[in-house]
Amino acid sequence: MRIERLVTMANDIATYFQAEPDHTVAVNGVRDHLTRFWDPVMRRQLKAYLGEGGDDLLPLAREAVAALTLPPADAT
Amino acid sequence: MLSIVEIDYGTPKSTSGTMVELDIDGRSVCVPEGTSVLRAAAQAGIAIPKLCATEMLDAFGSCRLCLVEIEGRKGYPASCTTLVSAGMKVNTQTPKLAEIRRGVMELYISDHPLDCLTCPANGHCELQDMAGVVGLREVRYGYDGANHVHPEIDMEKSGYGWTALGADDQGRSPKTVPNPLFVGKDESNPYFAFDPSKCIVCSRCVRACEEVQGTFALTIQGRGFDSKVAASQDNRFLDSECVSCGACVQACPTATLSEKSLIDKGQAEHSVVTTCAYCGVGCSFRAEMKGQEVMRMVPNKDGQANHGHSCVKGRFAIGYATHPDRITTPMIRARISDPWRVVTWEEAIAHVASEFKRIQARYGKHAIGGITSSRCTNEETYLVQKLVRAGFGNNNVDTCARVCHSPTGYGLKSTMGESAGTQDFDSIESTEVVLVIGANPTDAHPVFGSQMKRRLRAGARLIVIDPRRIDLVRTPHVQADYHLKLRPGTNVAMLNSLAHVIVTEGLLDEDFVARRCEPEPFARWRALVAQDKYSPEAMESVTGVPAEMVRDAARLYATGGNAAIYYGLGVTEHAQGSTAVMGIANLAMATGNIGRKGVGVNPLRGQNNVQGSCDMGSFPHEFTAYRHVGDDAVRHSFEQAWGVTLLAEPGLRIPNMFEAALDGSFKGVYIEGEDIAQSDPDTQHVTAALTAMECIVVQDLFLNETAKFAHVFLPGSSFLEKDGTFTNAERRVSRVRKVMDPKGGYADWEITQLLAQAMGYPMHYTHASEIMDEIAALTPTFHGISFDKIDELGSIQWPCNEEHPLGTPVMHVDEFVRGKGHFMLTEYVPTSEKVSTEYPLILTTGRILSQYNVGAQTRRTANVMWHDEDRLEIHPHDAEERGIAEGDWVGIVSRAGDTVLRAMISERMQPGVVYTTFHFPGSGANVITTENSDWATNCPEYKVTAVQVTRVNQPSEWQKRHRAFTETQEALLEQSVKPA
Repeated sequence: MRIERLVTMANDIATYFQAEPDHTVAVNGVRDHLTRFWDPVMRRQLKAYLGEGGDDLLPLAREAVAALTLPPADAT
Repeated sequence: MLSIVEIDYGTPKSTSGTMVELDIDGRSVCVPEGTSVLRAAAQAGIAIPKLCATEMLDAFGSCRLCLVEIEGRKGYPASCTTLVSAGMKVNTQTPKLAEIRRGVMELYISDHPLDCLTCPANGHCELQDMAGVVGLREVRYGYDGANHVHPEIDMEKSGYGWTALGADDQGRSPKTVPNPLFVGKDESNPYFAFDPSKCIVCSRCVRACEEVQGTFALTIQGRGFDSKVAASQDNRFLDSECVSCGACVQACPTATLSEKSLIDKGQAEHSVVTTCAYCGVGCSFRAEMKGQEVMRMVPNKDGQANHGHSCVKGRFAIGYATHPDRITTPMIRARISDPWRVVTWEEAIAHVASEFKRIQARYGKHAIGGITSSRCTNEETYLVQKLVRAGFGNNNVDTCARVCHSPTGYGLKSTMGESAGTQDFDSIESTEVVLVIGANPTDAHPVFGSQMKRRLRAGARLIVIDPRRIDLVRTPHVQADYHLKLRPGTNVAMLNSLAHVIVTEGLLDEDFVARRCEPEPFARWRALVAQDKYSPEAMESVTGVPAEMVRDAARLYATGGNAAIYYGLGVTEHAQGSTAVMGIANLAMATGNIGRKGVGVNPLRGQNNVQGSCDMGSFPHEFTAYRHVGDDAVRHSFEQAWGVTLLAEPGLRIPNMFEAALDGSFKGVYIEGEDIAQSDPDTQHVTAALTAMECIVVQDLFLNETAKFAHVFLPGSSFLEKDGTFTNAERRVSRVRKVMDPKGGYADWEITQLLAQAMGYPMHYTHASEIMDEIAALTPTFHGISFDKIDELGSIQWPCNEEHPLGTPVMHVDEFVRGKGHFMLTEYVPTSEKVSTEYPLILTTGRILSQYNVGAQTRRTANVMWHDEDRLEIHPHDAEERGIAEGDWVGIVSRAGDTVLRAMISERMQPGVVYTTFHFPGSGANVITTENSDWATNCPEYKVTAVQVTRVNQPSEWQKRHRAFTETQEALLEQSVKPA
């Protein structure tokens, strides 16, 4: 999938959670949203993008993507 | 003409709980207080003659047929306008009454044609019935006097001074002269005819237009014997303000207003109760049938969502079901440039299974998926998601609610714990303040719109929040107290401003919040919206709405008594759609407007089964009743029932499928009833994705826009051809009943079952009711629902289970579904779709009364007489600045694409905002819309697209390509190869 589209979508989620005053809650909020609603393929791609620098991810999105736990391939 | 099977009790039912006992014709009768004598008698099986009375309308007392004698009272009161009282003794049949009634009927019949045997109402004409009931045997006045019946007057036979009227210059009288009272038939409306010569001026049509529909298009013009029914300013019906709801036709006791289908084909011989296939109101209808042919649709007066009313779509626009464009045989082709090959069902299903298996073998099991529509029944959507999860072995299933109300599911679940509206429609009868935001009920949910208007005429106050002046803002006898005409894309700013006023002016329902809501999230939300930046004054430059008006509206909502919010796609189809839904829920909780009649949060669902398709586990991340696939206990219950191992990870949403198709990882899709090539945003992106796939299977009635990119076409069945259920905006599950055999041979759920079997996953349902039984067994909120139970209760609002055996009209009564209400944060984030010098206007999209969604159904009916093309509404200022006149072709260019429509100059719009509908594929409305979407659900931001508009003189390049492609595909359909 287009990584720029995934980044935009992740940043949109992060932008919502930026209003959360507790930073840990905000990071977990973005991470959990990605986990609950995104296909693992998309999460993997985003995680890989972060591994390559993840330049266009907002700071909150970066933290959340870094905190993502990906399911083992045989579970998907 | 009323339904052929319903009994008309003459006046509306009283809802009083106090019973009154009286005596009618020597029989003791007990009825609720407030019941008319006419109705009390009817309920006791005593038929008092009547003509101007019908239970759909308030008593009128004009025909003088229902007169009775009441002991101790003078004269002969009309039983329709006389209410029962304790101990009352009524005589309905006396010699004097018989004499009066005969006299009345004699007058009526003296001015009525005697063509009963050739009249479309013959056998069901109330005038004819009453003539028989009163024993009319002669008309002493004859038929040649002053009348409305005959086009000409016979001068020899007539009296009453007609000679003078007809005299020529020399004082000579011709044998006949034109009758000045005669008015010819008006057949302008495509669905019904108006024959004034049969009119008895009972006013039922006029009252139906006022009381039931609320349009006030009809009137009684003239006085005395000159009185006649007229539409608007004595216009033809088609040229008048009439919205063609048909309430007048249904109310007419004669054949004055008759369905053309009745005139052309005669009367039905049986009727079947079913549910409308159009909007989320979910009206109940009686399909009146002659064999397997629908004669007419009559709204069911016992329908719990519509109470006997309907709109132009539900009542009349069913011709699509038998339209010649229907494709009734399966077809396949290798490439979309090939002609179709008509094949047997066996070959088609085997081909799909073979292709899907090939694709999975080559690209992986995630390379295919399924998409359903909110036009499908619950049973169909349930079965498709089961096929995908259990048969395909992935979670790549989504439904068209993705592009409309997915934010409702997310927002209401997050705040209150359930992804559904909180009330029934009748709740509005107890509402004192109606807040409508981003919805246009009189166009998109017309029957509920009429109910809302009735409540507003009765005194409820109204706040409208909408960029456009919708009809509800000012309609006969309804005037919004406040129209907050905000800029598109600023809903959350507006909701936060309203909340700011409520929080900072001490208008919170502190007690409710303390008892019913989580304190910490509330405190955080309160602090957020209390910030100065959200004051109406600070937000005025963002929303464009005067601060004082916002303050007044907030005060009214918070303090005006029972306040209910109704919202639609003008809320959800935004980058902050989910945030806005949460903001709405926050407002309701903050003011204690939740958990009882008259209040609540009410999403008006666009299509008939939006609620149901969401309930049925059609989203990639959840099973039925919004339970996540990652929930082990839930997943195991499905694994046990379905006999397979299921994935615990979400699959692809529709827009993700497009992306995956373009990157080569998603190659096959089974699409039931949905036309993604027309309805989804950024058309060129969608069609590029479709073109990149190897096996697109479309199951539909017509070769829709998506089917033009398909490799397999499976003929679907209309709502008339199958059994099932729809769930409307009130969570009301109603039966869809088969009235004719499927044109293609199978109901849609049977096709899905065949496909599952061919894929190697067994399904063996013999009736749709068995699918519902499985849904009920696996879904706590549906445990008590079955076809039998629906038949018994008429319809059921979920949750229906051991705790709520009769269903749940109002939710969150003592506590929220999630326990305590949860205030979600609603920071306003401006959309990234900005106006600029290049794109200075904002385009927003919507619907129109006569058309429905992608128009596949309504475009194939006479509804095109009201709306035969999508137009661009533009404010006079913006039009003048661009030299645009009414009807000019204008190019609309956005960052995503461009198209050309004709301009409609309208002061409904605010300067800087333009509007269009998307009912016609060639309009290309979604060529312009962008891929921007709601942050939580990817619901597209249809409502905000920055555009430029200029005069042009030819179609856009996309339109030219689309036209050529359509012609090619139609030719390929024409050239389809049929088996020898």
